Amino acid sequence: MERVTHLDLANLTIREVNQFLHHELDASQTAQVDIQNPDGKHSIAAGMDVDVTVNILGHAGYFVAGMNKQATVTIHGNVGWSVAENIMSGTVRVTGHASQCTAASGHGGLVVIEGNASSRCGISMKGCDIVVRGDVGHFAGFMAQAGRLVVCGDAGPHLGDSLYEAILYVRGNIASLGADAQQQEMTPDDIQALSELLAASGIEAEPHEFKKVASARRLYHWNATERQEY
Amino acid sequence: MCGIVGILLKTDTLRPSLGQLATPMLQCMGTRGPDSAGLAVFHNPLDEPRRRYSLRAQQPAFDWQRWQNSWPDADLGRLDIQDTHANLISSYPVAQIHELLKLVSADVRLLATGRAIRVFKDEGHPTEISRRCAFPDLEGTHAVGHTRMATESVVSPEHAHPFTAGEDFCLVHNGSLSNPYSVRRKLERRGIVFETDNDTEAGCRFLQWRMREGDSLEEAIHHSFSELDGFFTFLMATADKLVLVRDGFSCKPAVVAETDEYVAVGSEFRSLAHLPGIADANVFEPFPEQIYSWNV
Repeated sequence: MERVTHLDLANLTIREVNQFLHHELDASQTAQVDIQNPDGKHSIAAGMDVDVTVNILGHAGYFVAGMNKQATVTIHGNVGWSVAENIMSGTVRVTGHASQCTAASGHGGLVVIEGNASSRCGISMKGCDIVVRGDVGHFAGFMAQAGRLVVCGDAGPHLGDSLYEAILYVRGNIASLGADAQQQEMTPDDIQALSELLAASGIEAEPHEFKKVASARRLYHWNATERQEY
Repeated sequence: MCGIVGILLKTDTLRPSLGQLATPMLQCMGTRGPDSAGLAVFHNPLDEPRRRYSLRAQQPAFDWQRWQNSWPDADLGRLDIQDTHANLISSYPVAQIHELLKLVSADVRLLATGRAIRVFKDEGHPTEISRRCAFPDLEGTHAVGHTRMATESVVSPEHAHPFTAGEDFCLVHNGSLSNPYSVRRKLERRGIVFETDNDTEAGCRFLQWRMREGDSLEEAIHHSFSELDGFFTFLMATADKLVLVRDGFSCKPAVVAETDEYVAVGSEFRSLAHLPGIADANVFEPFPEQIYSWNV
């Protein structure tokens, strides 16, 4: 039988909770940690490096599940800035909305936002995957280097500005593309990748309805001596 | 950094508890702004021609009684004293009171004028200022508060927010404006007088000037998008409204929670976590350059 550990942030500090998660949690004994009364506090379950399930039961603040490795973290509510910032592996799921900078600089793993994500979603992502059931705000995928960002709703202005090699899929309306981002043909490989991402995130959507946005790679050859134009 | 908070109560039942709801919001944001704090509360407007004048003494143990004795007319009005702050209610013409305060009060600063507004602001930690000014005891229809971490001008009671201009208008700001001096020069040419070198004061006086010229607050804010350069989440209040707006980049945070009983705004959700019914509130992040306005 799985053992569940209950932690209550009404009685414990963030440091006590995170020290338990980092140093005292024995994955052979505990499969699940439930954290109550997050009340918008910051840095909950940041720095996880163990294969357990963490449930945060309420709205969380900034940097929740930051730098996540291995763990499966679900926030049952909204999150503040930079959820799953620099995620390395594992899964982070938000059942509500996310504020700015979802999975900023994420290297690996999967981040699922079941509501909307606001501005700068996936900024500078380096290989993680992000699936947003709702909309994303302005500057989603800004300077994103690797990985996939899936937006099932609409994308705000300047999508994919200064994009490197990350691929963005958007089902709804794109308010505007950022510098050097361009819409490209969906290939069978894209449909396959998107199907897998949607299945992994548990979000139902028809892959053929998505548009693909990737780098035009013109900024790769930006010429500083030629009137600073590209 | 700075923290902003605000709450507007939609029903009469919570109004006696305005201070009890708003104070923890402000104190929670002490981590974002520990050097100064302020709160503006709005009451039911007084009948004409009466006005509320929010005053703050420059010294900590100010002798308000002695100051009151120096008034040229003992019937000037009623003075409610709360530590370094006081609220004068008077039927005298506004211009006459403003002139009189200048004459008798090198030690007393005027923070706000209006039929509904009352302002407290000072240097110090928000928790300490809340206690000194008895914020939990305040009643009213709506309130806006600010915790300051100074980045662009000196830490002083005058530089604390809320800033006010004209009557029954105040503004708190998280962010920084990059063209406050050009805005200021433009307004000073029109005879508008500034009290500090703070960037937020320029924003506040710009909006009030637009309203004086006939704009609604919403129209004034639209003008500010092209006139004010910089980062801002502005939370403003008039006698009957709470208004929120973020600049186009929205680098400065804001969260809104709305129920049938109230609408509350904070820089971070944790400043709202104690509010009644928050678990079922509609919690959302305001969009860039979208004006959110709620009426009493």
